[in-house]
Amino acid sequence: MRVLDKRTRFNRRNFLKTSAASVAAAGAVSGGVVSIGATPAWAEGLTAIKPDAAKTLLVMVRDLYPHDRLGDAYYEKALASMDQAAAKDATLAGQLNDGAANLDAAARKLRNTPYAAIKAEADRVTVLKSIETTPFFRKVRGDMVVALYNQPEVWAKLGYEGASAEYGGYIHRGFDDLDWIKDA
Amino acid sequence: MVAKFAMDDDSVVVVIGSGAGGGTLSNELAQKGIKVVCLEAGGRHEIQDFVNDEWKSFSQISWLDKRTTSGSWRVAKDFPNLPAWIVKAVGGSTVHWAGASLRFQEHEFKARTTYGAVEGANLLDWPVTLAEMEPYYDKAEFKMGTTGTNGIPRLPGNNNYKVLAAGAKKLGYSEFHTGNMSINSKPRDGRGACQQIGFCFQGCKSGAKWSTLYTEIPKGEATGNLEVRPNAQVLKIEHDAKGKVNAVLYADSTGAMHRQKARIVAVAGNSIESPRLLLNSASTMFPDGLANSSGQVGRNYMRHMTGSVYAMFDRPVHMYRGTTMAGIIRDESRFDPRRGFVGGYEMETLSLGVPFMAAFLDPGAWGRDFSSALDAYDHIAGMWLVGEDMPRETNRVTLHATEKDKFGLPIPNVNFDDHPNDIAMRTHAYGRGSAVYDAVGATRTIHTPPYPSTHNLGTNRMSANARDGVVNKWGQAHDVKNLFVSDGSQFTSGASENPTLTIVALAIRQADYIADQMSKREI
Repeated sequence: MRVLDKRTRFNRRNFLKTSAASVAAAGAVSGGVVSIGATPAWAEGLTAIKPDAAKTLLVMVRDLYPHDRLGDAYYEKALASMDQAAAKDATLAGQLNDGAANLDAAARKLRNTPYAAIKAEADRVTVLKSIETTPFFRKVRGDMVVALYNQPEVWAKLGYEGASAEYGGYIHRGFDDLDWIKDA
Repeated sequence: MVAKFAMDDDSVVVVIGSGAGGGTLSNELAQKGIKVVCLEAGGRHEIQDFVNDEWKSFSQISWLDKRTTSGSWRVAKDFPNLPAWIVKAVGGSTVHWAGASLRFQEHEFKARTTYGAVEGANLLDWPVTLAEMEPYYDKAEFKMGTTGTNGIPRLPGNNNYKVLAAGAKKLGYSEFHTGNMSINSKPRDGRGACQQIGFCFQGCKSGAKWSTLYTEIPKGEATGNLEVRPNAQVLKIEHDAKGKVNAVLYADSTGAMHRQKARIVAVAGNSIESPRLLLNSASTMFPDGLANSSGQVGRNYMRHMTGSVYAMFDRPVHMYRGTTMAGIIRDESRFDPRRGFVGGYEMETLSLGVPFMAAFLDPGAWGRDFSSALDAYDHIAGMWLVGEDMPRETNRVTLHATEKDKFGLPIPNVNFDDHPNDIAMRTHAYGRGSAVYDAVGATRTIHTPPYPSTHNLGTNRMSANARDGVVNKWGQAHDVKNLFVSDGSQFTSGASENPTLTIVALAIRQADYIADQMSKREI
């Protein structure tokens, strides 16, 4: 059966340039959890979300929807879409920046360290659960489940092909090519 | 030559809504030489406008006007302002329906007699029998080109169907196939054959799936007897001193108000807007709403017992390739109270793309348990469970006490509590759905809660007796003889089958009745 090549095909620099927020992506940032010390370049490209909040939010969004084979770029792009909305909505900007600060405060209370610096995912999840009912959490969760999974680049990684009409549908492209069930 | 009728032309039939009920009725009447003005709240998006993109399409065609919800159903928690997932566009929900076209079973027209007095349910027999409906089902299937009828071959099964069918076979189910679908398996009626595009819910890009948008409506327009006015939001139905309806007040896309006079009015705005319109049309003569002497307008809201089972396998499935609803197991749609509930349910394949899977798989969920399911997206097979839910007087559409729309009219609230029978049926269906997939080696199954309602039914129900319902066996209001209801809101009970075929069959039948009554000067 026709399976998909899930290898990354885009150039990270161009990918971020094409994101709505046109985040300045100078240099390569390694995948996984961002380092805590310096302000990463992508976060400086945000307009409404402050750099410290951005670092916290990036880890939060990864923890909400953890996909180990997805680099940070996909999560950054999702966050950039929320930054774009917050740039036009001061209430939302305040909610995101304050929310990130409160998440760090909760992390300090429970684990004596800022959220993004907590090493174990399970410990961060414990902190997240403590704020699960806040409007901030619900807003980030609800917006990110759309923004993260609405990226064609993410679809390719998960094995979804997106639009098909322009390719003539699947009638000649494997709609019935399942071959692992006998006499199906 | 497309007709254009004057606002003061009081000889026209005004049909409100252009979906399965309104679009079909409009064409059927036009074919008989009857003048029709069809008012559609949404815009006219043609096939070339449709997009293979779930969220983009959702913004393009969905009914997104604000609604509120209440009651214990989970939709009220997860989607408090989206009780229903239906379409606001010419063609109505036939733009996004999956195409399943099943006849109701004989006993389902006799729900009260068959199921007995179910506590907490407001069951009633239909004033129509299967025998009376059969000739109209024949006409509907022929019109829609339903596969498995009229010598039309069934569609080929896709990967999602192959998994379902293999599981069904292993469990010993006997009635499973690729369904009775109003999707061309070969060219017919000027439309091509299915290209297995997927995206049936987003508007069929090949036109293989029947929709009133590109079948009934242009055919009706070609007679010169039908004028369709898109972006026409009906606000009120008016009546004369004798209590006969005589005009419809609507707003156009600019917000300007118009009053279209009418000889007859047929309401087909789906089961939330139709009762809302009758309630908003209250007057001194009809203080509780138009056609509401029974008090049943807005009550008995049904939305089918639904749920989904998604199963993961160690090998790929790519369920999204091909028709969204690609096959069915019918064995559980029988009446068999030994299972612990009355009524039955169908098991139908369903697939969602990644964006909707993320939104609907387990709304509100996060963390590894959730994301690991999406990591397995291309290894997932899925089915939708659709069964008969119990009508309840308290499950109802009402006018919101304080919130108003942009025209100053109260928005609708949809209150719903699952009946214990619905819950027992859903539990059973989840179990059988999992068993189907376990039989072919599923490594994990997920029970997905009901989506916002696509099958909205019952809020202007048919009854033999005027005190029990809103309309008679022809969909004619008990209280107002030139007022008709032509959508799924006239259903007396929900049955286990997808409702569109029955809506279309009822509309064809209603057109015959209206023409007969007009010729006899009864209306």
